[in-house]
Amino acid sequence: MPGQADHQAHFDEVIARHDRIEPRDWMPDAYRRTLVRQIAQHAHSEIIGMQPEGNWISRAPSLRRKAILLAKVQDEAGHGLYLYSAAETLGVSRDDLVAMLLSGKQKYSSIFNYPTLSYADVGTIGWLVDGAAICNQVPLCRTSYGPYGRAMIRICKEESFHQRQGYELLMTMMRGTPEQRDMVQESVNRFWWPSLMMFGPPDESSPNTERSMAWGIKRNSNDDLRQKFVDMTVPQAQALGVSLPDPSLTWNADRGQHDFGQPDWDELFAVIRGDGPCNTQRLAHRRRAHEDGAWVREAASAFAAQEEPGHG
Amino acid sequence: MNDDLFGGDSSQWAFGTDFEDPLAGVDTTMVDDVVADDLALYCLGLADDALIMSQRLSEWCSRAPEMEDDVALANLALDLLGQARLLLARAAAASPSVVPVLPEGSPVPPEDALAFFRSAGQFRNVRLAEVPGGDFAHVIVRLLLFSVARRELLERLRGSRDQVLAAVAARGVKEVSYHRDWSARWFLVLARGTGESRRRLISALDELWPYQAELVRCGAVDLALADAGVGVDPTTYAGAVDAVLGEVFATSGVERPSRGPLAGVGGRLGRDGVHTEALSLLLAEMQVVARAHPRGRW
Ligand SMILES: [Fe+2]
Ligand SMILES: [Fe+2]
Repeated sequence: MPGQADHQAHFDEVIARHDRIEPRDWMPDAYRRTLVRQIAQHAHSEIIGMQPEGNWISRAPSLRRKAILLAKVQDEAGHGLYLYSAAETLGVSRDDLVAMLLSGKQKYSSIFNYPTLSYADVGTIGWLVDGAAICNQVPLCRTSYGPYGRAMIRICKEESFHQRQGYELLMTMMRGTPEQRDMVQESVNRFWWPSLMMFGPPDESSPNTERSMAWGIKRNSNDDLRQKFVDMTVPQAQALGVSLPDPSLTWNADRGQHDFGQPDWDELFAVIRGDGPCNTQRLAHRRRAHEDGAWVREAASAFAAQEEPGHG
Repeated sequence: MNDDLFGGDSSQWAFGTDFEDPLAGVDTTMVDDVVADDLALYCLGLADDALIMSQRLSEWCSRAPEMEDDVALANLALDLLGQARLLLARAAAASPSVVPVLPEGSPVPPEDALAFFRSAGQFRNVRLAEVPGGDFAHVIVRLLLFSVARRELLERLRGSRDQVLAAVAARGVKEVSYHRDWSARWFLVLARGTGESRRRLISALDELWPYQAELVRCGAVDLALADAGVGVDPTTYAGAVDAVLGEVFATSGVERPSRGPLAGVGGRLGRDGVHTEALSLLLAEMQVVARAHPRGRW
């Protein structure tokens, strides 16, 4: 029987050649814990992320937009499902993870603690929020843990549809009335900085980044991804005909990248602490759905128990 | 839009989420011996049933008991929304006079004008569709009553002389068969699950049963179109509906409720534009953005 040192050596070797660790493989406890935390947080974000856009389904202004939005929010529920399944391969249960979300022990992406205040926000979230999510997530398709990487491949494909649909909504609105154009600009102004915050704090104050990169869980640093997002988004904003609310945003020819300002990190930390505009509301909504559904889940399991072969 | 900003294959752009054209290749000419306004009203009835049901179902988004149920409920809402869109467009094509008039130059398509710019009295859905939502038992009972009747209707409508109605029905019957089976299964689960689930189920059934008769009532428009071989007379499938519901009740050990049909107002029901108090509230929410921008492009 191989000893601890052999296991560790094999694990290190797999990581070094950028190969995948699979559920049956040996892995260090801290690696497992880090993955559970990250995948669960990601799954929770998908589920909580249904709310801000779900807020506009009932008011979508055309039948086509209603269908697109409903399908998108439904996709997010699907993403939550794949990710909880990936986490379950690490020996935790979905019920336990959901309980940790509801008790506030595990977090979800802070972006969803911002309110959606106009129909343009549906487009802006698709364009900027799904866009930022894609920048964060495309590298995760190559993450070292197999089930997570495979879930991410499927999710990224759908997120890129969301991004294009969001952008297409904004593009259409920009061709509409002056009020619609103002609505788009106002929405972009509100979501720009929170979108930049989605990449997490600057590298020098991100305690977990270095270890996660060494393990191949994370493939790029927060600041690298943020830069990539800004460089990708600026030409899209120009094509759309909106401005981005950052006076220091300029092209730096020497670096071949944009220079840009820093988000208000104090605000981000306040939102993470639970003091964001919608933290209480988002969790309360989730808890209520969970509690309201308890009798249905009980009925379903009581019924399943009766149906089991050999019963009665 | 500028596709190369994103790279990738632009043919996949609305994959899985946009409407393909379900009427591609279907003969859209109107049957000539039918009164155009009758056909338009008939389409509006079927469209409004689907649209208002879809609106109520989509209220469940992010609220279902399990994530799997959330996905399933959104699917049902999407199916019905798709049916509504086709039927509204057909109503507008049959008789443009039913479409609300918008400001000169408005880019709003006729099916959206019908959905977002009519007032409650112009909606022709059955009242069952609009009743405010309750708990999960309520959604199951409403969906069962609705989809059992709609399935029987669509099955017969496949033979319509109107090729568009026939095509919508052929596609819809598959969708609504699934809705019926899904809700019948849940009806059984809740009936047999726990004392609490059974109590809630029966309470929802008692509340909603009086709206059921309206689903199989035959109005003047139904009769005229049935005579022309374009529509279906609901009394021809009332027996089939009753038999399916009887089977679901029997399997679940639930007694058929005894309350009689809900009266109309001066004999007028949902199909005649007389609704419950809930419909104008539902519409106020559904239409608020569209109505604020009658020249808007979405
Ligand atoms: Fe997602
Ligand atoms: Fe998404």
